[in-house]
This record gives sequence, structure tokens and C-alpha cells, in this order.
Amino acid sequence: EDLLCIQEDGTVLIYNLFCEFKRHFSMGNEVLQNHVLEAKVFHTEYGTGVAILTGAHRFSLATNIDDLKLRRMPEVPGLQKPPSCWAVLSQDRVTIVLLAVGQDLYLLDNTSCSVVTPPGMSPSAGSYLRMAVSFNYRCLALFADSGYIWMGLTSLKEKLCEFNCSIRSAPKQMVWCMRPRSRQRAVVMAWDRQLMGVGNSTEGIHGEHRFVLDEDSYLVPELDGVRILSRTSHEFLHEIPEASQEIFKIASMAPGALLLEAQKEYEKESQKADEYLREIKDQKLLPEAVSQCIEAAGYEHEPDTQKSLLRAASFGKCFIDKFPPESFVRMCQDLRVLNAIRDYQIGIPLTFTQYPLQDGAGLLGPSRLVLRRLYPLAIRICEYLRLSKIQGVSRILAHWACYKVRRRLGKDKSDEEVAHAINQKLGDTPGISYSEIAARAYDCGRTELAIKLLEYEPRSGEQVPLLLKMKRSKLALSKAIESGDTDLAGWAPLPVPTCPHSPVAPQFCKHQERETLKDLYNQDDNHQELGNFHVHSSYSEKRIEGRVGALQNAVDEYYKAKNDFAAKATEDQIKLLRLQRHLQEDFDKPYLDLSLHDTVSNLILDGHHKRAEQLYREFKIPDKRYWWLKLSALANRGDWEEMEKFSKSKKSPIGYLVRVSL
Amino acid sequence: MAAAGSSDAPEPPDFGILKRLARDQLIYLLEQLPGKKDLFIEADLMSPLDRIASVSILKQHEVDKLYKVESRPVLNTSDQFCFLVRPRIKTMRYIADIVNADKMSGRSRKYKIIFSPQKFYACEMVLEEEGVFGDVTCDEWSFYLLPLDEDIISMELPEFFRDYFLEGDHRWINSISRALQLLNSLYGPFGKAYGIGRCAKMSYELWQDLEKESEGDSQGRKPEIGNVFLMDRDMDYVTTLCSQVVYEGLVDDTFRIKCGSVDFGPEVTSSDKSIKVLLNAQDKVFNQIRNEHFSSVFGFLSLKSRNLQAQYDRRRGMDIKQMKNFVSQELKGLKQEHRLLSLHIGACESIMKKKTKQDFQEMIKAEHSLLEGFDIRESTSFIEEHIDRQVSPIESLRLMCLLSITENGLIPKDYRSLKTQYLQSYGPEHLLTFHNLKRIGLLTEQSAGETLTAVESRVSKLVTDRAAGKITDAFNSLARKSNFRAISKKLGLIPQVDGEYDLKMPRDMAYVFSGAYIPLSCKIIEHVLERRSWSGLEEVVRLLNSNESVISGTASSTMWGKWAGMGGLRAGGIHSALPHPDSTAEDNPAWEAQRMVLAVFLGGCTFSEIAALRFLGKERGFKFIFLTTAITNSARMMEAMIEAKA
Repeated sequence: EDLLCIQEDGTVLIYNLFCEFKRHFSMGNEVLQNHVLEAKVFHTEYGTGVAILTGAHRFSLATNIDDLKLRRMPEVPGLQKPPSCWAVLSQDRVTIVLLAVGQDLYLLDNTSCSVVTPPGMSPSAGSYLRMAVSFNYRCLALFADSGYIWMGLTSLKEKLCEFNCSIRSAPKQMVWCMRPRSRQRAVVMAWDRQLMGVGNSTEGIHGEHRFVLDEDSYLVPELDGVRILSRTSHEFLHEIPEASQEIFKIASMAPGALLLEAQKEYEKESQKADEYLREIKDQKLLPEAVSQCIEAAGYEHEPDTQKSLLRAASFGKCFIDKFPPESFVRMCQDLRVLNAIRDYQIGIPLTFTQYPLQDGAGLLGPSRLVLRRLYPLAIRICEYLRLSKIQGVSRILAHWACYKVRRRLGKDKSDEEVAHAINQKLGDTPGISYSEIAARAYDCGRTELAIKLLEYEPRSGEQVPLLLKMKRSKLALSKAIESGDTDLAGWAPLPVPTCPHSPVAPQFCKHQERETLKDLYNQDDNHQELGNFHVHSSYSEKRIEGRVGALQNAVDEYYKAKNDFAAKATEDQIKLLRLQRHLQEDFDKPYLDLSLHDTVSNLILDGHHKRAEQLYREFKIPDKRYWWLKLSALANRGDWEEMEKFSKSKKSPIGYLVRVSL
Repeated sequence: MAAAGSSDAPEPPDFGILKRLARDQLIYLLEQLPGKKDLFIEADLMSPLDRIASVSILKQHEVDKLYKVESRPVLNTSDQFCFLVRPRIKTMRYIADIVNADKMSGRSRKYKIIFSPQKFYACEMVLEEEGVFGDVTCDEWSFYLLPLDEDIISMELPEFFRDYFLEGDHRWINSISRALQLLNSLYGPFGKAYGIGRCAKMSYELWQDLEKESEGDSQGRKPEIGNVFLMDRDMDYVTTLCSQVVYEGLVDDTFRIKCGSVDFGPEVTSSDKSIKVLLNAQDKVFNQIRNEHFSSVFGFLSLKSRNLQAQYDRRRGMDIKQMKNFVSQELKGLKQEHRLLSLHIGACESIMKKKTKQDFQEMIKAEHSLLEGFDIRESTSFIEEHIDRQVSPIESLRLMCLLSITENGLIPKDYRSLKTQYLQSYGPEHLLTFHNLKRIGLLTEQSAGETLTAVESRVSKLVTDRAAGKITDAFNSLARKSNFRAISKKLGLIPQVDGEYDLKMPRDMAYVFSGAYIPLSCKIIEHVLERRSWSGLEEVVRLLNSNESVISGTASSTMWGKWAGMGGLRAGGIHSALPHPDSTAEDNPAWEAQRMVLAVFLGGCTFSEIAALRFLGKERGFKFIFLTTAITNSARMMEAMIEAKA
């Protein structure tokens, strides 16, 4: 429910119900240069669209103003002056323009322009002056300058009827007046002081009906009828539904009419009531009578008439054993809500047919109220209709809170107070998202208020992203840690340099940026981890020198960390690496990356006993190990001679039994 | 059901629904990307996926080719790539590389990443950094729970152990809480919850928050599982470090059971190909021996084979009609059983061969003396020899850890020398491994803490228990100690038996370790379930250093009493008054649920523990359902600690 204003240069301004400016957009350069000649706003399943006829006699379309995509329609050949009339059609999800130039009709779609002729068009019709498309885009009416009216389907495949009226001049307005699912179609035209209804139906408008208008009026086509607005009055012209017709037709003998009569007599305490009732009952039409009354009540606008019809229905109900009460209850509820919103102070004069359509799951009614900021009424309606809290009340409250935040009235109040006031009203209502409200507050530039509101948000998961957006990374981090869900904190490391003490930063960097990780450890003087870091990076070094360098760094760090063992072990590793390189060069066999044990073992296997002995001494290999190693290596090699020599050299520290088992 | 005695354990609920839920969601996700697509699957998701949806199901939903993540797709013509991955940064890099390579060569494809079980923000950040965030769509496959067997549910997150206990990464806690929430909504509401450990507590609290947020309509539904017991792996490392001797555990140690199935190689199948066998309760032979001590398995198997032979033999002397019946009805089952039997016999032989080669008996002896705490010197030199002879890097490491944890750390001299020996034997890169093990508390050095214990024990005699608890906490912050010996004494974990322990007719859970040791984790569970509270365990809880989980947590949920150490914990359930075993009818569903216990192991659980608790359940009329982050054993735990040379 917004107001769209289209300016000559193609700028479209959007205002809300309170005439507060919301936003604007432009319809493109072409429109800007050639100016707007005529503009139409239309509704499709995609949303609200705008169609513009430019000064260059070309059309521009935007099918959805919320998701703006401009479309320039192809040129109409030979179009020199503006078309006499045009309309936007929506068929099978495609939006097209139908325009009339003199006696020709053109259909403009995305790519092409084609001439069309409506079937059964009278050849003497003359040129077209007006056209009207029905609310659901199914029917089309054309008015020609001979007073000829053609009515048919928009597909231009079928003619519904034609008609000649006495007035030649073009009507000020021409609109369709029909009900959904009704077979009776009629077109209403308005001239300055005259209203004319034209239709083909057998019962409704047939032929020509004229009404006199007292004032200048404007017609608004709607789903189930036509609203006639003038300076002093607001009338609704619609086809009378069957139920109402049956009941209120003069001398009607329909069951509903009889039931109404019976009830009236009953109130007068007259025995005629019984007679009427009997008459219905004899025909076994009582259930029908009741439902007729219920249905008709819905179409009435006067509460008194509604009441008398409902009273009749409830009266009739007493005489039926098992009449399902839902329809009656539902109607009473609906009417109460409808009457409440039709009240002149609220001013939403919906008809009954429009109500369920607008309402959907009983929500749009309240949400239109919310847009009008009629929060108390909306809440009361929700409570009356017993909508679940999450669907109804909490949504309204959330809207209210957002409005409250946006409205700068609270300026004299501190942020604290506003937040507190909101929390008092909202409490722990299920379905309320404080973070959404806070986000709104932040959008309005009230960061402090947003933070205060976030305090009420029970789910840390919702707090963190917004806090980060507001660049409160410290607070976000502490919230994330509080939640115990490090994945949230996973957001926080983004600005690692700004918050190096995040407990997750190291982990994150471990995978991401090893350099940052080093800086982090440096900042913390974590020498142990720095040592480990260097050892780690030594593995990725290809060249021996690089590896030794990295390991040397590690040794330094380990000493700083007072981890003598690690330092010593790393020094040994460096020593081993250098040795292995020598061995590799000397024997042209791969020795690198073997453990000390394997290195010595390999040396013995290859018969380099001297070198093995040297390593044994240099690395202070325990005797036990050396014996195991040497014996098994020799055995593997099958070098029994050497084994005997070895076994005699010293006393075995591992006993002789083992040797046998080898 | 009414006829069943109270000691009969109830039937476990049907966990098949978990599979169906996972499958349906996966199909839904695949259909979100209509048309033919290639699917890239993370290597460790392959086996779980196999249990959920077959290749033909994937093909039905227009999956064209299957790739393993990490392998380069060669000249791929498909227009759509779908990645089914764990939320890992490395994998994100891999995907980003593919996308960027496509961009360079001007190819345009659709990419969809499905994270299982959930997406981490860090992953999105990496995608963003690599500049491909806009090119991919992300989805979550909330596949938290894989039922491996009728009583085992695994989250298949082996990395949880390292991520949480070593790196202190709390991200998976969210997944655990969601898994608990799912189980609670399907089989709950759980009546009572117990737990010990920091992670258990955090998961529990987050889970409760989730429950509050969702306000599920679980009220009034008949619960199928009555109790939950959450336990952190670091409460009991000893049990994981022991060699397993029940059949299922041995199979796991020897052949590695992967996702409920095992590959028996040629040496078992006595043919030239390996056979993949699903190990669960459906396998009738396996089901009867899985929980048995290995020594009784052979006897059982030979008896079984004789029975089978007898059944085959029946067919002699049958007339044609009987024969027809036999062939159509029994033969298939017999053949199947026969096949399985020969496989398990093969497996047993293979295990025997391997174990005798490694001086298994001697190792078991050393382990037992470590557990009982005598002949420490001898065991130490056994370990030393083990290292010197390069028997196996994993085994050596395991024994060192076992020594350290049972002895409250190694004495400084041994600590240095064993480490040096180890580095010499298995390579210097294990320096980092030792650092990891120290951090996690598996391999530590005895420090001044030892003398403090003496002081402490004197102090505790003087002051009240509570104050002593505080003092211990202070000491513990200096040196994290396992206090295994004290706990073992307190709980009687080492059974005192006269003569031989009868492994065929075990009396207690110690049978899973040849009667030498009752698993600590299982003992705690037994104790708490028996008393329905932590009372009587105050001292043990203190020794386990888990008082801190009381202190650090503010019990936000009013529904719950106090956390571990003080009293029983009650989650909001439907029965405020627990039906007492002897006061209510046995067919009462609430009572039935009361005997169903969900044992949650955070950081993995071993088959020995599962066998022990199954045994306990049979004895006490409980039925245990196991939920674990992954099935583990000593080797897996050690491997998680080893720093890969990358």
C-alpha cells in the first residue's frame, strides 16, 4: 500500500501510507530524454509494475518495482502520434501492451509488434477510443467512436458480446465490474454526469442501464465490483450475489427468505413463524435456508442487516439436528473483524469477497493494520482470531518495536530507556528476534541502542554477526566465546591483527596464514610454539640448507623456552641431517630422512661398518640398541663372519639367547 | 513384553529412521541442482555415504560420475559439479582451485557445496578469500548420526578427538548438541542426564539451549530412551590404551573396522581377493562371538562348525519332498552361515599368527603389570627394548603413554631417555608428536607434583573434603595428573581373584581385559546408574580433575539440578517421579525407557567398552545405546597425535 508518483522525467517516487517518502528510482535514460506522456501502474503476480509511454511513442516497462528490471518494448511501425488508448496485459507470466491507433489494434510483446483483430468485430465500428482490461486480465472491452462496444477475452480468441450505445463520445472511464467465478460480466462506463452499465447476462445487467451521477466521480475496478468515489460519497457497485438475491427479491419464496420472515414473525410472537418454518421444513430445505442466511450476511455492509440475517440463521439452526457450526462461527468472527476495520476511524472498507483473499492465513488483515500503525487493534484481532503467538502477536510487536526504534521521538529518552521499554513490552514472546530490531536500530544510526537491544537476544549466534557489522569486534568475540561455539568466533579472526588474543586465532591461522601465526606467537612470547613452528616449516624446505636454517631457529626458540630436551633433540637432528647428506654424497644412496636407527642399520647392511661405528659413538647410541641393531642387520645380510667377530668383541648386553632367535 | 523378567533388557529402538532421514535430505539436496552433475565426495565420507545411499540411488538423481575429493578431475565435460564434503579448510582450497582453474580457461559451470554435517564460517571465509564465494552455492546435509549397528550410532567424526582435546577447538560441540537434539526429538524426551567432562557439559548446555529455542512438542510422547550419559574421552585414556582382547576389539585392532565393515585380506579369505564384510548383529556368527574373550572364540567356532556340519548331514536320508524343503528354505541360510563361519575362522587364525609373532603374551603381561602397578622397572625396560627393536612406532608410543598415565607421568630420567630412544628409532620428526602428547596429558613428566601429592594427602586429613578439593585443583593447575592409581583403588578396577579368572563365565566387566582391569569409563557409568546420582563418587570426580566442570558452568537451566559431583541431573521430562523398579508394573513404557541408556562418548569409544557395557546391561537389565564421535582404539588415538611430516 504505497503511493507511486511518476514525474515527467521518468523518476518514480514511492511514498508510504503516511505520505512519508520511502525511495525513488528512475525509468532509464530514454524516458529521461523523451519525457513521460502517459504512465500506468499495474499489478501482476510478480508485484507492482509501471508502464510508461514516452514522448517518442515508445513503451518502457518495469514489471516489479521492488526488483527493478527495465524493459524497452519494440517500436510500433508508423506510429506518429500517441495511441488513442492502450492497456497492459499479463498473460502466462508475460507482460504485453495492447494499443489502439485509430482503427488498428497492435499487440506489443518483448520482441515484436503485431496487428490483431478481435473476432466478430463489427466492420462499421470505427476507431477505438477506450479499452478496459478486467482485474484478472481475462476480459477485454473496447469502445469505438460509433458507440460500439466489443467485449471479449484478452486472448482475442473469443467474443463475449457486443453492444451499441447511444453515446458517441468517449467515456471518461471504462472498467469491468465482475465477481470472481461469476459468469456474468458487465462493463461500467462513466461520462461526466452519467454512469452506464452494459452487460450480457441473463439475470444481471442486460442491455443498457443508466444512472445519473451527482458529482464528478472516479471509478476503481476491484476484484468483485467497482468503487465509485466522489467528493462526498463512496459507493460500491457490484453484482448481487445469489444468496442475497434469493432472500431479498420481492416476494421471494426461497428458503432463506422464508426463514428470515419466520424469524421476524417469531420475534413478534406470531404463530406465522411456525407456518413459514413448516413450509421450509416440508420442502426439507432448512439446512439450505440457514446457509443462505449465513452467506448473505457476509455480503451486507450494515451491521443491523447482518445481525438480522445471522439471527435468522441461528433461529433456523435450532430446528436442525446436526448442523455443523463452523460456518456460522467463522462468519460471525469474520464479520466482527470486517466491521471493526470498516469503521470510519480505521477506514479499510473491504468487501467480504476481498477479505479472505487479502487475509490469506488471517495475517494480511492485521499486517495492513500494522502498516497503518494501528498496533492495538491488530493485536486484539489476532487474539480474537486466536492466531498463534509466533504468527500473530509477536510479529506485530516486532513491527512496533522497529517503528519505535525508527521514530526518533524517543530522542529525549536515553537509549537505555528505549531498549528497556521495548523489552518490557516484548518480554520473552516467542518468535521475537531482538537482533532484527537491533539491526533496524543500527540502520537508523543508533548503534548504542542496537547494542543495548542485542543484550536481550538470547541466541548468541544472532548477536555476533550484527556486532561484527557494527565493527564491535571485541564485543562480538567475547559473545562468541561466551556461546562456547567457536564456529561463531570463526568470524572474529577476520581482523587478526586487531584482536590477537582471540583463542581461536592460532587455530585459524594454522590453516590459513602461517606467517600471521608466527607473528602471533611472537607477540605472546610463546617460544615453545615458535620452536614447533620452525620445525614444522623445516619440512616444507626443499634444500638441506633451508632445513638446517629452520631447525637452527627452532633450537634457539627451544632454548628460550627452556626446553633443553627439545633443543638437544633438534641439534641432533641437524647433526644427523648433515651427516646423512655426506653419506648420500659418498655412497650415492638415499640416506636423507631416515631415522638414526635406520641410518646405522643401512650402513651395516651395506657393509660400511666403520661409518656405523662412528655414528654409534657420535650419537651415543646405547649399547643395547646398537647390539640389537647390528645383529639384526648382520643377520639380514647373512654376514655370519662379521657377526662372530662382533660378538666376540664385547660382552653382549642383551644376552646370547636373542641371537639364536634371530 | 509383560512376561519378560525385569532383568531382561528391552529392545533397542529402530534407528533405521536416522538413515532414512539422512537419505531423504541428501536426495532433496541433490535435486536442488537439477540435471546431470558430477559428484565429488570427501574420502572419509565415502564409507558413511555407502551406508546411507547406494550408487544406484545417486544415479537415479542424475549423478553422472563420482570422484574422490583430492583427485584431479581429468578433462571434465560436465556442466555441474557437486561437492559433498566435511567443513575443512583444506577442502575449500581444493574446490576454490577447481573453480579458479575453470575461470581461467573460460569454462562456466555450476558448483554446489554440500557440507556435512554442517557448514563452518571459516569455510565460507576461505571461499571468499579465494574469490569464488559468488560462484558456488552452499548447503548443509545435517547428517549427524550414522547407525552402525542396532545399538551403536556413530557421528563418524574421528577428527573430533584431535580438534577438541588437542587443539581446543570447540566447533564440533555444536554438532554434538544438534545430534543430541535430534535423538531427543526422535526417541526422547530423555528423562535423566548424567555427564562428566568439560566437553560433555558444554554440549549438554548448548543442547538444552537448542531445546529451549525450538520448544519442541515432545511433551506427551512416549519416550524410548530414558537416560543419557555423556562422557569425555579424557576422563579415561587408560582403557583406550590397552590392547583389546574381545573378538570385535581384536578384529578392529588387527584389521581396522571401518564404518561397521571390515576388509578381510587374502590371508583371511584363503583366496586371492579380499572380501568386505559387514560386521553387525545381522551376522549371526559374529553376533555370538563379538563380545567374547578371544580365548573362548575358537572353542565356539569349532562347536558351531560341527553343528553346521550336522545340519548339512541331515540331508542324507531325506526323501525328495523333504529335500526340496531343505534346499528351498534352509540351504541358503546354512550356506551363508558357512561362509561367515569360514571367514571368522580365517580371521582368528590370522590374528593368532600376528599376535604370536609380536610376543603378544609378553606385551599383555607388561600391560597388566602397568595397570596393577608393580614391576614398573621391568615394564620400562620392556618398553625400551620394544623401541630399540623398532617393533612398531604406534605400539611403542602406546606403551609409553600407558606407562605415563598409570604412573602419573614418567620419572624425569625415563622421560628423557625413552624419548631419545624413540626419536632415534622412528625419526626426529616425532619431537612434535611428543609435544602434542604432553599437551593432551598422555605422556608427561613427573614433576614437583609428586611431592605435592604427599603434602596434599596429609592436608586432606586435617581439613574438610571441600577445602582439600580446592587445594587439589590448585595443584592440578600446576601439573595435570591422571591419578589413575588412586582412582583404581577407589573404584576397585583391578579385580582381586583367587586363582584363574574364568573368562568363559565372567563375573564382571574385567573380562574384556582378561580379568585384569575393569574399564574406568564403564565403571563410572555403572556406579552412577546404580545410585542414580554421583553420590559416593565425589572423591573420584575430584581425582579426575573434573570439579572444574562444576565450577565453570553456571547451571543456567533450572530444570537441571547440579552438574557432576553433587547430585543426579534431571532434564525436563514427562515423568517427574521415576517409577521405581519394584513398585510399578514392568510393562510400563516409562519403566521400559528407564532401562534404556544412551551412552555418549565424546572423543571416541572402543569395542572393549562396548562389550563391557553390553555385559553390564545383561547383568543389570539395562540396554545401552552407544553414541560416539567415532569408534576408536589405541592405534587411532596415537595416530591422531602424530604430527605428520607435511
